[in-house]
Amino acid sequence: MPQTKSETVPVRSTSEVVMVRHMVRRWAVEIGFSIVEQTKIVTAASELARNMVDYGGGGVVVLEALDDGIRRGLRLTFEDKGPGIADVEQALRDGYTSGGGMGLGLGGARRLSNEFEIRSKPGEGTRVMIARWKGAS
Amino acid sequence: MERIPILKMGRYLLVSIQVDMDDRTALALQDDLTAQIVKHRAKGVLVDISSLDVVDSFIGRMLANTAAMARVLDAETVVVGMQPSVAITLVELGLSLKGVRSALNIERGMELLQSVARDTEAETADAADEE
Repeated sequence: MPQTKSETVPVRSTSEVVMVRHMVRRWAVEIGFSIVEQTKIVTAASELARNMVDYGGGGVVVLEALDDGIRRGLRLTFEDKGPGIADVEQALRDGYTSGGGMGLGLGGARRLSNEFEIRSKPGEGTRVMIARWKGAS
Repeated sequence: MERIPILKMGRYLLVSIQVDMDDRTALALQDDLTAQIVKHRAKGVLVDISSLDVVDSFIGRMLANTAAMARVLDAETVVVGMQPSVAITLVELGLSLKGVRSALNIERGMELLQSVARDTEAETADAADEE
């Protein structure tokens, strides 16, 4: 997938979660996402960035603007070296939480994205990739 | 840390969230609001979120918790001005904000608060009459 732009930013605190929201918004606007598309990917990014801070001990997010000649999109990869998730299926279920949250973060982020991929190994960390395409529902 | 100002108008508290809040700021607002409800014996809280272009599960939970705590303290909460894209996203996220009253704008929100406050006052008066 040809990538037109890429950037990696650290996320270690709740104020950096806000920075991620602003950055993702800027990129989504640049790609030409509609206001609803922007809001969906910014909200998904906020959930996943917060998960890294709350459960993964912080991590990094990689932003990538994509253009395959036909469609334009935004891919975000969240990577932490935290304790990992023992049961990914369970973590994706709405209402499941190991902390004090509502348990909507992972499942919600998946619903708000066109593509979703998660890899996690207990003791090694978690990597979540989401993507949205301009004009996709 | 930033703090969101809370204005008092008669028996009501007004909050207009103009910044993208981090989680700690959101929790501080929740605490401040419950404290102010008690301090001013407020009957209603109006929260204007028309400037917010993102409401994620954390902010959503803060709004729902605030409404629940206010109710226990005998005050009603109305959230006004939610942007359509935020509403669409919240529903897809899985957050229905059950128990949170909402209105399109501040004017309608104030009307709603006043009518709810009148109803509860009438009930209280009726109960007193019966005694």
